[in-house]
Amino acid sequence: MSKTTLTASDVRDMMLVVADRIIAAEPILTDADRALGDGDHGLGMARGMTAVKEALAEKEFPSPGKVFIAVGAAMMSSMGGASGALFGMLFRAGGKALGDGQSFTSVELATLLRNGVDQVMAKGGAKPGDKTMVDALVPATEKAEELTDVPLNEAIRQVANAAADGRDASEQMIATMGRAKTLGDNSLGKPDAGAVSVAIIAAAMADYVAVE
Amino acid sequence: MKKLLNDPLRCADELLEGLVDAYNGDCLHVGTRSIVKKEIPEGKVALLVGGGSGHEPIYHGLVGRNLADGAACGDIFAAPPPNIALEATQAVHRGKGVLYLYGNYAGDVLNFDLAADLASDDDIEVRTVLIWDDVCSAPPTRKKDRRGIAGLVPIVKLVGAASQTATSLDELEALARKAVLQTRSVGVSMSPGSIPATGKPTFEIADDRIGLGMGIHGEPGVGEIPMARADDLVAQMIDLIFTDYQTDEEVADLEAGNEIVLFVNSLGSTTMMELLIALRKAKSILTERGIQIYDVIIGPLVTCQEMSGLSFSFTRMDDELKKYWDMPCQSVCYSKMEGHQGA
Repeated sequence: MSKTTLTASDVRDMMLVVADRIIAAEPILTDADRALGDGDHGLGMARGMTAVKEALAEKEFPSPGKVFIAVGAAMMSSMGGASGALFGMLFRAGGKALGDGQSFTSVELATLLRNGVDQVMAKGGAKPGDKTMVDALVPATEKAEELTDVPLNEAIRQVANAAADGRDASEQMIATMGRAKTLGDNSLGKPDAGAVSVAIIAAAMADYVAVE
Repeated sequence: MKKLLNDPLRCADELLEGLVDAYNGDCLHVGTRSIVKKEIPEGKVALLVGGGSGHEPIYHGLVGRNLADGAACGDIFAAPPPNIALEATQAVHRGKGVLYLYGNYAGDVLNFDLAADLASDDDIEVRTVLIWDDVCSAPPTRKKDRRGIAGLVPIVKLVGAASQTATSLDELEALARKAVLQTRSVGVSMSPGSIPATGKPTFEIADDRIGLGMGIHGEPGVGEIPMARADDLVAQMIDLIFTDYQTDEEVADLEAGNEIVLFVNSLGSTTMMELLIALRKAKSILTERGIQIYDVIIGPLVTCQEMSGLSFSFTRMDDELKKYWDMPCQSVCYSKMEGHQGA
């Protein structure tokens, strides 16, 4: 039976599923980044998610927000590169915005994403359409904000689909920021590797909520 | 690609251990992945450099006598995370602030800025000067979009020398901005390097093509051109540098009577033979144009594994820069005696 409210332990287990999924996707992310960037995104994300597993496994957290802060801190301190800083900010800023609340529902999902993506855009400088991770994050966030009165298990699947659509839409964008900004028109036809990562993370979260 | 490794995911850690061994006691491994000079005088304005690993001997090989005080080292081709830049900052600080001097890449800027924020919590004042010498990466009106490439070697040499006597962070920052402004580079690439952990090439290029203006990770520049004779290619590269000094309203044109430090860099597998052939042509063009060569650096100092290609960097000298250039320096990456070749 799928869940509509997650506890801190559930959120921890969900992020462990996310970590395994990203680590398994390393070759896909490497190829996506090799097409448009310097080819190190897959290894960086795998390194970050390995650190996430170490930070979360068999630990208890006082709230869902603290789990996301730990995820962000682990990624920020282990990955390096622009991705490490930006994915770290995404989860840290999102987790901080959840405060000490004990449950994670579709309302908290929207709060997490909105505060995370705002921080990523403020510090990274990218806006929608620049062909970056923001192009998967913004549609996912907007979908989550539409669905705060829908049960988490339904909302999170639609949010994951919106992230995937955003990833696909990034194929038709010409990069003006991020890894492919110097490629110009040559960046057309391929998705941004950061957007691919966001879509994988969102899908893994939805799968965890659906299964248990 | 045959590579002699142990654990491919520990390359950055193991190479740093080896680098510290190469310094034979003059530099120490600090924290997670930083390297710092053993002796930094109290009250010195500190100079910190850094960036992704895999480009050895830079940046971490530029720590040393009259050079940088420390370097924060990232994983292979990835900017160091903020905690590593912070540990390096704390280790070099001697009460007079820390100048960050590194190449202009989004990841480096994000992570070093986060570290500077954290350092301010410890009351350490940090200033940042970005290196953006790659003239093919953006026009002179958009210097913020330019990448830092081989020009970092003469720049760090000059700023490291100046940091020995700088009385304030303001003074060192101003000197660093001048050195960056007067340094311009153009690179070309003929074949990619590989990512040590995956063995995959960092980019693709046909056997009969050259990437003109390509960055050290394979970022595009002016565009691809057919494989050329050395002399023809060198002439195009040198032209691009002259044009940039001319186009940029922030600097004077490069003119007869000017003196430059000329750096011919190999990206890894391009041989000293090829660099010397290229240098010979560059020298003849510069002589024709009345440019004096104050000193020459030549060799594989800013690399990307076995990437092939080369770059030229010019640093225009004035009396102040000459004074700092003439100071001796010593490190794994670059060492020189007092004075300059041809003095």
